[in-house]
Amino acid sequence: MDAENEQQAAPAESGGAAPRAGLSRRAVIGWAGAGVALGAAAVGTVAAATMSSEDGAAAPQTPDVPFYGEHQSGISTPVQDRLHFAAFDVITDDRDALVKMLKEWTKAAASITGGREVGGGAVGVVPESPPDDTGEALGLPASRLTLTIGFGRTLFDKDGTDRFGLRAKLPEALVELPKFKGDRLEAARSGGDLCIQACADDPQVAVHAIRNLARIGMGVVNVRWSQLGFGKTSSTTPDSQTPRNLMGFKDGTHNIAGTDADALGKHVWVAPGDGADWMTGGSYLVARRIRMTIETWDRASLKDQEDTFGRTKIEGAPYGKQKERDTPDLSALPADSHVRLAHPDSNDGLMILRRGYSFTDGTDGLGRLDAGLFFLAYQRDTRKAFVPLQTKLAANDKLNEYITHVGSAHFACPPGVRKPGEWWGQSLFG
Amino acid sequence: MPARRTSAAAFLVLAVAGAALVGCSKKDSGASTSADGSGPVQVTATDSSCELSKTTFPAGHVELAVANKGGKVTEVYVYADGDKIVTERENIGPGTKVTINAEIKAGTYEVACKPGMTGDGIRQKITVTAGASASAKADDRLTRAVTDYRTYAQEQADATIPVVEQFAAAITAGDVEKAKSLFAASRVGWERTEPVAESFGDIDPKTDTREDALEDGQQWTGWHRLEKSLWVDGKIGDEEKTLAAQLVTDLKDWQKRVPGAEITPTGMANGAKELLDEVSKNKITGEEDRYSHTDLSDFAANVEGARQAYELLKPVASENEPELSKTLDGEFEKITGLLGKYRAADGTYTSYDKVTEDERKTFSDAVNSLGEPLSKLAAAVVVK
Repeated sequence: MDAENEQQAAPAESGGAAPRAGLSRRAVIGWAGAGVALGAAAVGTVAAATMSSEDGAAAPQTPDVPFYGEHQSGISTPVQDRLHFAAFDVITDDRDALVKMLKEWTKAAASITGGREVGGGAVGVVPESPPDDTGEALGLPASRLTLTIGFGRTLFDKDGTDRFGLRAKLPEALVELPKFKGDRLEAARSGGDLCIQACADDPQVAVHAIRNLARIGMGVVNVRWSQLGFGKTSSTTPDSQTPRNLMGFKDGTHNIAGTDADALGKHVWVAPGDGADWMTGGSYLVARRIRMTIETWDRASLKDQEDTFGRTKIEGAPYGKQKERDTPDLSALPADSHVRLAHPDSNDGLMILRRGYSFTDGTDGLGRLDAGLFFLAYQRDTRKAFVPLQTKLAANDKLNEYITHVGSAHFACPPGVRKPGEWWGQSLFG
Repeated sequence: MPARRTSAAAFLVLAVAGAALVGCSKKDSGASTSADGSGPVQVTATDSSCELSKTTFPAGHVELAVANKGGKVTEVYVYADGDKIVTERENIGPGTKVTINAEIKAGTYEVACKPGMTGDGIRQKITVTAGASASAKADDRLTRAVTDYRTYAQEQADATIPVVEQFAAAITAGDVEKAKSLFAASRVGWERTEPVAESFGDIDPKTDTREDALEDGQQWTGWHRLEKSLWVDGKIGDEEKTLAAQLVTDLKDWQKRVPGAEITPTGMANGAKELLDEVSKNKITGEEDRYSHTDLSDFAANVEGARQAYELLKPVASENEPELSKTLDGEFEKITGLLGKYRAADGTYTSYDKVTEDERKTFSDAVNSLGEPLSKLAAAVVVK
C-alpha cells in the first residue's frame, strides 16, 4: 500500500501538478460536468490530460501554487483569501516517529496543494476501512492552497529537556519573545512545537488540509490551538487593492511585495551566515492573536479613528496626502499614530512581511464579539524586526486603546522542499 | 400525494455524473469484488419498486450498486432475520447512484428500499450461499479468530451474570453501599464485548441507556437508571428492586444469544475500533457514568476487549501490515500502562471526578493514538 501511495503523491516529471495515477479532485468535476462517464481503466490518462493545460468545461482556475521550491510557499505567495492556522504539540519523545510523520506530512501536503486527495483517496483502499482522505474537499479545486511548516522553540528544548536531540540546532534568532507592554497572553492560544499555516481561497480547502495532517499526525502530535481567518488584512501584491481590517482601515500598504526579490532577500529569507545553517532559505514567523475591542472602536469618532492610524478612512491616504500610496510625510501624522510608528522610515528601514487575517470567534461571554486580527509576520531575524518594532508599538501606539495581544507564538520556518523525496525539516533532522 | 417527476433532462445529467463517480470508486474498490468475477448486484429503486439483478449470490464481499430511479429520496437496507441490520445507506437522492459494500455470511436476508425513507420498505428476499468467494476464501487463522472471539464473548457474558446477580441481590436487600461497590464490576464483561452485545439491538436499550438517550415514551431501565438511584437519590425503592431483577433477566437473554451473534473478522476489527470510539465519545468526558464516576473501569474494559479482538486477528494483520501491527502493539501497551496507574490493588479504578483536565487530555491523546491506527485493522484482515 505504501508504494502505491508514494506513486500517487509524486508529481509528473515535468514538475507540473499532473498526477501520474489516481484521480484529481478537479478532474472529477471537470469530467462529470462535461457529461462523460469514465471507465475505471481510462481514469489515469484522462485525468492527466485534464490537468495539463485547461479544465475543459470547468470554470477557469487559478494555477496551483507550486509546492516544491527554494523557499516554502505561503510566505511570499500572493495572500489567499482564507486561513486555517494550527499549532501542534508533539506528544511523543520518539524522534523516529516524528521524522516519519514529517515525511508523511510532506507527501500529503504535496498532494493536497496540487488539488489531489491524500494517500489512497476519499473512497479508496477497501470499503471496510476508513478512507485515507476525509473527503470534504472532493470536487473543489486546489484553491491556491499553500501549506507552510514552522518549528517552535519547545521542539528544541522543552523545560530544559532535549527530547529530540535538537538543542544544539536551536537558532539564536528563534528567541523567546519578550513580554511586551499590555500583553495578556493566554497559554491555550500561545506556543506550540510545530505549526502549519494553511492559506487558500476556499476555507473548506484550508480546513481539509489541517484536518488531514492532524489525522496523519495522531499519536505523534495533537492540535494545541488553531485559528481560522478570513479577509486577508495585508497584501503582498501591490497592484491589487489593499484589504481592510475589521476596524475598516487599509493596513499594510507598504508590505513587502512577493515579487520584490531584493526586499525579500534583505528582510525575509534567512541568508548563509545568519546563524543556524539549516535555516538558510527559511524565515521566522511570528503569530499573534490580536483581540480588538471593536465595540469601543465603533463608538470612537471618525477623527479619533483616523488619528489612530494617521490615515484617512475611505482612501487610506496618509495625513496631508491624496492617495493611499503617496509617500507619507511622517511629521504630519500624529506622533502616536500607528502608521507613523510602524513605518519603515521611523525604524531605520526595518520591514517585515505581513500576511495577517481577520477573525471572529463567537463572543467573549460578555456579550461582545471575540474578534480581531490574527497577525502573521515573516522576517529574516525576529530579534532585529518584530521585537524592536513591537516593543515600540506596545509602548506608544494609540491603537493599543482598542487592541490586546492575547496569543503569541514564534516559529522557525525551514527552507522549501526542493523536490519529491525531500521532506519538511530534512535540513534540521536529516 | 403523487411523486414529483424529475425532468428527463435533469435525470440524464445526474445519472451521468453519478456514473462517473461510481466509475471512480469502482476503480478503488474493484480489487475485492472482481476477483471472483461476480460483479456488483444491481439494485434499481423507484417510488414503488425495488428490483435486484440477482437474488442469490455467494457469501463474502458483496457490492450493491443502487440506482434510485424514483422521484423520492430513498434508503436501502439489508436485513438479517428479525430485522437485524446488516448494512444500510440513507439519503439516496432521486436520480443518483450509490454503492454499498458489505461482508455477508451465508443465509437468507431481505433487501428493503424505502422511498421517502419511511416505513418497512419494499422488500426482496435474497439468499447468500456458502462457498468460494474472494474474501471468504478460507483462511483458517481468521476462522479460528472468529471462533475464539465468540468463546471470549461467551466467557464474558457467563462471568457477568453472577456479578449482576450479586448487584441485584444487594439492591433487593436495600443495601445501597454494597450495590454501589458492585456496580462497576457488573459492567466489565458487557463493556469488554459491547459491539457483540449491541448487535442484539433490542437488549442494549434496556440495559445500557443513558437518560439523555431515551426516546419519547421509552421507559428508562438498566444500569444507568439504577446508578442514578444509588448515587444521586441514595435510596432503593420497590421500583429499583423490580428494575434490578429486570436487568438480570435482560442480561441472561444476552448470555443466551451470544452463540448466534454475527461475528466476522472485519466485524471484530471494526468492533475493536468502536470500543475506542465509545471511550473517546462518552468516557473521556465523564458522561457515561456521570453519577458513579466509574468511567475508568468501563474505559479499561473497552480497551481490554479491543485488545482481545486485535490479538486474535494479529497473526493475519501482522503478516499483511507489519507496520500497523507494530504501532498497535505499542499503543495498546501505552494505554494499558496509563490505565494501570489509576488501578488500585483491589482492581478498582480512581473515581473519574478526581481525574484532572490535564490527565483527561493525556487519556484523550492515548485513545486517539490507538483509535486511529485501529481503524485500519479491518483493511489489514480483509485484503490480500
